[in-house]
Amino acid sequence: MTASAFWQIAIVLLVAGGLSVPVGHYLARVFMNERTFLDPVLDPLDRLAYRIIGRETVSVPMTWKGYAVNMLLTNVLMGLLIYLILVWQGALPLNPLHFPDLNPFLAFNTAASFITNTNWQNYGGESTLSLLSQMAAITFPMFTSAATGFVVAIGFFRALASRNGGQDLGNFYRDFVRVLTRVFLLPCLLITPILVWQGSPETLGAMAVAHLVQGGTQHIPMGPVADLEVIKHLGTNGGGFFNANSAHPFENPTPLTNFIETLLMMVTPMALVIAFGRIVGNKKLARVMYSVMALMLVAALVVAVSAEQGGTPLLAHAGLMQHAGHGQAGGNMVGKEVRFGVTQSAIFNTVSTAFTTGTVNSTPDSYTPIGGMVLLVQMMLNCVFGGKGVGALNFLMYGILAVFIAGLMVGRTPEFLGKKIEKREIVLASLALLIHPLIILVPTAWSLIAPYGVSSLGNSGSHGLSEILYAFTSAAANNGSAFAGLNGNTPWYNVSLGLVILFGRYVSIIFMLALGGSLAAKPAVQETVGTLRTDTALFGGFWLATIIVVGALTFFPGLVLGPIAEFFALHAHHMPWGPR
Amino acid sequence: MSDIVQKSERKAEAYHTEANGLVGRALMDAFRKFSPRVQVRNPVMFIVWLSMFVTLALTFQPTLFGKTSVSAAYNGSVTAILFFTVWFANFAEALAEGRGKAQADALRQTKTDVMARRIGPDGTFQTVPAGALRKGDRVRVERGDIIPTDGEILEGIASVDESAITGESAPVLKEPGTDMFSTLTGGTRILSDWLVFKVSADPGHTFLDRMIHLVEGAKRQKTPNEIALTVLLAVLSLIFVIVVATLKPMAAFLHINLDVATLIALLVALMPTTIGALLSAIGIAGIDRATRFNVLAMSGRAVEAAGDVQTLILDKTGTITMGNRQATEFVPLPGYSETDVAAAALLASWYDTTPEGRSIVALAVSKGAKHDAAWDQAQGVDFTAETRMSGTNLADGRKARKGAVAAVARYVQEGFKGAIPPQLKEAGELVARKGATPLALAIDGDLVGVIGLSDVLKAGMRERFAHMRSLGIKTVMVTGDNPITARVIAEQAGVDDFVAEAKPEDKIRVIRAEQARGRLVAMTGDGTNDAPALAQADVGLAMHSGTVPAKEAANMIDLDSDPTKLIDVVAIGKQLLITRGALTTFSIANDVAKYFAMLPAMFMLALPGVATLNIMHLATPESAVLSALIFNAIIIPILIPLALRGVRFQPTSANRMLARNVLIYGLGGLIVPFVGIKAIDLILSPFLH
Repeated sequence: MTASAFWQIAIVLLVAGGLSVPVGHYLARVFMNERTFLDPVLDPLDRLAYRIIGRETVSVPMTWKGYAVNMLLTNVLMGLLIYLILVWQGALPLNPLHFPDLNPFLAFNTAASFITNTNWQNYGGESTLSLLSQMAAITFPMFTSAATGFVVAIGFFRALASRNGGQDLGNFYRDFVRVLTRVFLLPCLLITPILVWQGSPETLGAMAVAHLVQGGTQHIPMGPVADLEVIKHLGTNGGGFFNANSAHPFENPTPLTNFIETLLMMVTPMALVIAFGRIVGNKKLARVMYSVMALMLVAALVVAVSAEQGGTPLLAHAGLMQHAGHGQAGGNMVGKEVRFGVTQSAIFNTVSTAFTTGTVNSTPDSYTPIGGMVLLVQMMLNCVFGGKGVGALNFLMYGILAVFIAGLMVGRTPEFLGKKIEKREIVLASLALLIHPLIILVPTAWSLIAPYGVSSLGNSGSHGLSEILYAFTSAAANNGSAFAGLNGNTPWYNVSLGLVILFGRYVSIIFMLALGGSLAAKPAVQETVGTLRTDTALFGGFWLATIIVVGALTFFPGLVLGPIAEFFALHAHHMPWGPR
Repeated sequence: MSDIVQKSERKAEAYHTEANGLVGRALMDAFRKFSPRVQVRNPVMFIVWLSMFVTLALTFQPTLFGKTSVSAAYNGSVTAILFFTVWFANFAEALAEGRGKAQADALRQTKTDVMARRIGPDGTFQTVPAGALRKGDRVRVERGDIIPTDGEILEGIASVDESAITGESAPVLKEPGTDMFSTLTGGTRILSDWLVFKVSADPGHTFLDRMIHLVEGAKRQKTPNEIALTVLLAVLSLIFVIVVATLKPMAAFLHINLDVATLIALLVALMPTTIGALLSAIGIAGIDRATRFNVLAMSGRAVEAAGDVQTLILDKTGTITMGNRQATEFVPLPGYSETDVAAAALLASWYDTTPEGRSIVALAVSKGAKHDAAWDQAQGVDFTAETRMSGTNLADGRKARKGAVAAVARYVQEGFKGAIPPQLKEAGELVARKGATPLALAIDGDLVGVIGLSDVLKAGMRERFAHMRSLGIKTVMVTGDNPITARVIAEQAGVDDFVAEAKPEDKIRVIRAEQARGRLVAMTGDGTNDAPALAQADVGLAMHSGTVPAKEAANMIDLDSDPTKLIDVVAIGKQLLITRGALTTFSIANDVAKYFAMLPAMFMLALPGVATLNIMHLATPESAVLSALIFNAIIIPILIPLALRGVRFQPTSANRMLARNVLIYGLGGLIVPFVGIKAIDLILSPFLH
């Protein structure tokens, strides 16, 4: 890694880490219904929303079941709305380019993808969607899906914090409104103008017409892009206005916007861990969790940047100079934007897969096998900070399994935050663990042997395997990052990816909420020196080992056949894949 | 607790030699356990068992699932290894059950059909078989008889040999009316005299029946923690089924044909078979360890709960102290000398036959007090709970009394309008501050002095309580002593807290208070009035010498009637859980090496670069797969002794314990299979050509 790359990683981490602390305390105040400095402005807005939802509805305390049911209900309704907008967009207003209706398969996939914070896109934004669809079916769920993730996490945290068997987790609607107004609204209002200043369009005009120097005209699609960009990253959504996503100069015009977008992805999920510590009353535990996640992120950044900086042996073999040196950045520049270079591209995509945003400013398909594998592995683990709320939940799920095994090793029925981990908790946590490999490996294997699966592939061999594995991993992790090289807009991939997205989101959320409900109902056990402390470096290490070992055992064979085989082949100067 | 560890190690050695006789039986039982009804109880081993039939079919018909590159011999080898994997697991369980079964057989022999002398309503004897006795019947037993069933003594005094139940050969004196020694257990033998007792259990529900049932573990219920772990292991196995099943199509995409036998070998090697095979043996052995300590656990759950205990409630007398208080000093009150006190004490205790009374006599005599012939016409006055005094009424009408300071003071004031010297309180406190119990001594209305009775602390208790503290367990001493004495004893013994001047019902109050603070509580008890507290406690250990209600309320019974056993039981409970956790960690950590052995073997022909992952340099793909699978099988019998004996347990903080066990079983679990698989490969590869 070059010195410049080191400093770029360090600055991103330090700024994001520094911001996450005050934001974390602010989030905790919001979640614990304490006063914040924005209340005078936002309280009237909240009250308006409460009146629309119904004052009764927003003041009933809910158990985990109430939380789960209302979460599902609102999500189903919003999902249906998105679906209907997409299948009827031809007849709806704000369609200056007269795009036709989406076919039901693509509309299903898109609705499932955006209502779940996944933002997997089997369509090209600027050539498929009307401006109304972009705003109401894309930007709108970017707010609500991120809020849903946060609200679920709040409910789970409150369950862990419950001391006297109290089973009320709060009110779903109240939390939902507060998260929208207090967490997502203001940054969008403040940062959108910065992006506009840097060159992002924010308009209802559809097209700019450019008269080229060499003659002729070019039609450049535009739209309300800048506001979408902010919530796309802030809400760890990742779905681009344009097909090229954040590689497109309108979405991510300059290195400054690239830096802002990177930070927007990182800050709130990092801050959520700090808020967790305050809500459950154990800041040391939050520090341990934060450190473990940060360690995984740093490792991923270093490996990905180094791999991309290292370039490819085939080009080296052909006598091409790939070292960073005077006047050139070096490394593997295939599929990367010159305005970002190798380092900013690798950082952006690594952060995007860690925080389950899925936005890309360079093409993972063209990454080196190891660089691409880093992105894949982070989505397989799905808890390197992770997306809105669910990353922390996944991390805690691993924590509960780690507590169970480590707790046995100190001779006590294992307990976490004073709650005994017993059969019910283990059943729920292991089912949540099981669902992830199930919905990644089974459809991947299916697609690899079915003619309708293989026909979408751009490559054969190990690289082709990686493309399909990446797609289902991204869907299951609700990440939305696309490797590219796979045509997903077929009935098979629209439906299978859509279903994997829905299972990956709701089944694991419901298992985790049920787990929270079960823990909330338990009386807290007093802590003694005989209690396994979970807020120590030792347990943090065990936690990390559990994540890595369980993840490795589950996905190592797939990785061996995909990126690892490709890596070895590349270094043995074999062509690992051929054009089909 | 080092003495406990040593003791358990000694017991383990004894067990080892004894076990040799049980091995033969277990070898056979291991075959019987191949029955699907047994296998289905253990999801991990059930998958291995099923896989074995698939590879067996492939042995006879290698092309069953299509084109294959492997031979019938290879499939046969896999089948054989799978067979032994299951057989080793069966053997571990059979061996763990063996001791209990042998003990149950021995107990059954004492339960031969005994004839009993039932007393009819008219007072005549009817000779009936023991099985015909019902609750409430009255029975007479005489010297040499086997006591036919459980009962409460109504009349008679006799010595009883209880060795059949407790293993203790010294006979116990039984008589009616005492809480402690008036219960009889069926199967024991009366050595002298006769007894009449009321039957307290119907046939099939006697203590002996329950004991046979428990040690045999015939209907062993899985404990909650064991169920939770079984679920986790089953889900992990299911994940590996998914991983392995999807590997075949994934490989097929790369034009690699994976053989079913190899995939099954990979599955079995990855599944947590080590802990899966030993899990039930660990549970049985945990209960068995308690049994070897002569503690009869009513369920495995009770042993597990013992490991979770955070507060121990202990009686002072008999648990922390020896329980036989001895007179150690005489403190004279103004106007009297020590010799006067000795003389008065001798008089007041002359007819006192309790050990305490005898110790006062001995101390008085040593201080020069002399027996007076006039005392021969005197009359002894026994201690009662109401008066809380005992003493002697002389023929001339003088009355000597000794007893609790407050009781004697009231006696002097109310009976004789006598004055209470202010020094009485001081003398009492002086004695109490030394940890002794003060008894006031009066002759008629005159207070003569104070007798100090000291209890002796049991050896090693202080260290044991320190160990408990290092495990985060709080000890609470409950005593009827006054607060000053209680504090001194508490400090000497090193308990964390005490409850002084406690009445029996105070125990349940203390338990409830501790439980309300989210702590799990254990206590010991023997009397009927302990029964509610034993039932309320999370772990209640009743003394075998105790009453039937106490034994029924408890979830463990100590056959030695030694209350300090509670501390050992806690250690056994912890050891049980630690063994489970350690072997689970070991089992999962093993998988890393197995991947490095098997994946290169499966793919290196088609994807040459993957051979780089063969970091152990295993000879051929076949030998790599077989070596990993053989390692996976033989690690089971290698770990059987550890599973039965339990992981070494030292009392220390949870964090240290975790660090140590992660180092040994986590890191060890990563490294050991690399060495083991390589070694097996070196041995195996010359035979595979």
